[in-house]
Amino acid sequence: MGGYTYNELGSIFAMQGFAGISLFSVLLLMALGLAIIFGQMGVINMAHGEFMAVGAYMTYLLATITEQYFPSFMPYYFIFAIIVAFFVAGFLGYLAEFALIRHLYKRPLDTLLATWGLSLIMQQSFRSIFGAREVSPTLPEWLLGSYQPIETIDIPLNGMFVLALTAVVTLGVFYLLHKSSWGLQVRATTQNRLMSGAVGINTKKVDRYTFALGCGIAGIAGAAFTTIASTGPTTGTLYIVDTFMVVVFGGAASLLGTIASAFSIAQAQSILEFFISGSMAKVYTLLALVLILMFKPEGLFASKVRR
Amino acid sequence: MTFVYQKLMGGKNGLTGFIILAALILVVFPMFLDSFRLNLLGKYLTYAFAAVSLVLLWGYSGTLSLGQGIFFGLGGYAMAMFLKLEASSPENTAIQSTPGIPDFMDWNQITSLPWFWEPFNSFTFTLIAILVVPAVFAYLIGAAMFKRRVGGVYFAIITQVIAVILTVLIVGQQGFTGGINGITDLRTLNGWDITSDSAKNIFYYINCFLLLGVIIVSRYILTSKFGSLLLAMRDKEDRVRFSGYDVANFKIFIFCLAAVISAIGGAMFTLQVGFMSPSFVGIVPSIEMVIFAAVGGRMSLIGAVYGTLLINFGKTAFSESFPEVWLFLMGGLFIAVVMFFPHGLAGLWQDYGHHITNKFSFIINGFNKLKAPLIRKKVGEVK
Amino acid sequence: MITTNTDFTLAVEDLTVSFDGFKAVDSLNLYVDKNELHVVIGPNGAGKTTVLDLICGKTKSTSGSIKFLNKELTKLSEHEIVREGVGRKFQTPSIYENLSVLENLEVSYPYGRGVLGSLMFKRTEKVLHKIHEIAKEIMLYDQLEVEAGLLSHGQKQWLEIGMLLIQDPQLLMLDEPVAGMSVKEREQTAELLNKISKGRSVLVIEHDMEFVERIADKVTVLHQGKILAAGYMKDVQKDPNVIEVYLGH
Repeated sequence: MGGYTYNELGSIFAMQGFAGISLFSVLLLMALGLAIIFGQMGVINMAHGEFMAVGAYMTYLLATITEQYFPSFMPYYFIFAIIVAFFVAGFLGYLAEFALIRHLYKRPLDTLLATWGLSLIMQQSFRSIFGAREVSPTLPEWLLGSYQPIETIDIPLNGMFVLALTAVVTLGVFYLLHKSSWGLQVRATTQNRLMSGAVGINTKKVDRYTFALGCGIAGIAGAAFTTIASTGPTTGTLYIVDTFMVVVFGGAASLLGTIASAFSIAQAQSILEFFISGSMAKVYTLLALVLILMFKPEGLFASKVRR
Repeated sequence: MTFVYQKLMGGKNGLTGFIILAALILVVFPMFLDSFRLNLLGKYLTYAFAAVSLVLLWGYSGTLSLGQGIFFGLGGYAMAMFLKLEASSPENTAIQSTPGIPDFMDWNQITSLPWFWEPFNSFTFTLIAILVVPAVFAYLIGAAMFKRRVGGVYFAIITQVIAVILTVLIVGQQGFTGGINGITDLRTLNGWDITSDSAKNIFYYINCFLLLGVIIVSRYILTSKFGSLLLAMRDKEDRVRFSGYDVANFKIFIFCLAAVISAIGGAMFTLQVGFMSPSFVGIVPSIEMVIFAAVGGRMSLIGAVYGTLLINFGKTAFSESFPEVWLFLMGGLFIAVVMFFPHGLAGLWQDYGHHITNKFSFIINGFNKLKAPLIRKKVGEVK
Repeated sequence: MITTNTDFTLAVEDLTVSFDGFKAVDSLNLYVDKNELHVVIGPNGAGKTTVLDLICGKTKSTSGSIKFLNKELTKLSEHEIVREGVGRKFQTPSIYENLSVLENLEVSYPYGRGVLGSLMFKRTEKVLHKIHEIAKEIMLYDQLEVEAGLLSHGQKQWLEIGMLLIQDPQLLMLDEPVAGMSVKEREQTAELLNKISKGRSVLVIEHDMEFVERIADKVTVLHQGKILAAGYMKDVQKDPNVIEVYLGH
């Protein structure tokens, strides 16, 4: 293969593999929030990308403020930004559920359209507040640069950070949903709303917080996203379709399914990208997904739950 | 005569609505609008094809497709390919490194016409392709999904993904498709200059007739047993299946029909506006087509046309004066339609329109009362 | 698996369906004759609705055979089974709420069931005649133009029965046809069922013993997916096993 030594090829594969892992973590982070909302609640949130953008813009805002007023705080603001992103996005999600989503629970197609409308409004708000051009927060020192275990392998630090963050968030979500009492309430409400209400679970509140959680996680994804690319008003729409594919392919209802799905899609796309052009790689990946979904509509990794 | 009245027009209300629409687009607007605005109207009326297709597909069958842009694009690109080949005759392209092929192919160092472009040298083939290719495409997608009972949200998302796939494909393969700029600089149709005002006028009227024709055909379908079945399937698919119907076949048929209707719109767009690009294929235009139908009335063929015109003229009007407001408005419209008036303007008209028509009939009645003595005198008997 | 050639309208043999190990229906044998009104009773969860689901194709069996007029149903799809002549009425009235009573019946008319057929379908005199005939039978003749969603609960049940009758099925399966009906409506329904069981077979699932007594020719008692007792109503009522299951809880 064109003039590379085996060492170099190995390094290329390592870096390509890592690029795949990086893509995997971004997809997973985005899909986690949506998996909770769609998988657990059956709500289609077309504005999910915009909640992500909220997180990104919050990070940018915090970076700018820190730079201007608290420059010595620079190395630390990023962690703070992630937390802020989570809460701001979560809060907006809470509002959205209250004002909009809760009226549309039995009507998934209508939720789809209404949340698309919400996404348009959010996009325009970004444009009005932050301007139409893309912005990027100044990243702290420790996120820049790369890690070089050996001379030929160059692993970007921000990629590693995102990976670590994804692992933490995924574990957190898993723990929350499966080990906490609140998570039990969420799962109970999803599986049998009527009974849950009958045993005293405030299903409306559970819904609201679940939706808010999903949006909050999207916010974290947005914050993480700023380490990789810049943010503009339409950034959310770039990834929404991919995110939905990950969730639908993974079987919506299962967290493990989402993880497996994000991994396979990311790896498939990265490996393909190595051999053919970027756009065709995406086409083939999506095409394969659609074909598989046509044969197995419940998703490749769906758990056997009899509805 | 009853056949025409009931089945093609949908009874008295349908006939009135149809006549008003026909009068507006065939007579009234051309009288008052200048050439530029009429062309704009023609453009919007091509979007109306997609909106009407959604009335059949979404309003009546309950199948939401977020990818009608796919078929709009297939029709539009087919027409564009034909026109581009004609505009790329060896004389016109003499300065290219390879004359006789479209300019964008030349820019991308392509030296001979790709095989799938060849048949588009023929106008007949192009016309057939506009009708057949979208239908086949829709059949493949529809059969794969409806036979497996995939519907609702999953179907909507998959149509969205397919729209993305097509867009990425078109943009990525710019040597073959013209890329993100699309296929432009179209000049003549079989020698006739399509950029002239007279040509655009003629296309406008062809467009109108085709649209009215589509509405008539759709009316026929909706007033037949097929139409009742669509409603039945939308609300109680299982019951229909247990009444002996193969539900999938019906859904596939309507999906294919909706595809062909949208494709016709796409082809007319290319003719009237003079180009086709991937910006009419992807998820944004596709979901806009849904909002046209939603605002106009997803259960009303004629309403969908008005919805399309209203939103598009609104977009133009706002974009000039208050561009930021427009996206807020659009977003708000999506939400408002879903929450407050799910049957769109047509629904509002049905529920509250009689207040207005009552006022009119009050006036007309009063007028009649004045006329009555005159009539009696003339006819000589009491009617 | 026994494969027999039978004269029965419906011959269910050794039918089993298991969901993840749980046998909802276990080696069931059931025979229904022509002109017979057969009622399946049993406590909740006994598998009664599942039996109907299996016969009409809504659920796929794990093993066993279902022969309708000697044709094996387990290999057919739902709409094919319907076209063979099996009609199923669901527990909650399953009618088209947005269509009128007439349109409900028209849609169920067993002609023009393909895409082309339904486009060409004309509401001829013959069709209207049949619709009127059925409407009279189900006591909805005066409500032909009424939107089905506006009917009373009992009337909706009758409409659904009418939608099945118009297809002239050889086997009519009704799942709790009098659930939610008033006393008067139950009487009328009992009359209706007795009338329509002439010339075809009717399989009914019911809870209301009084109603069952009024209509049943034969009865099968189901318990936990298996047959507990079968035969004539009066014999089954006296069966000690049945008494225990129903009263013993």
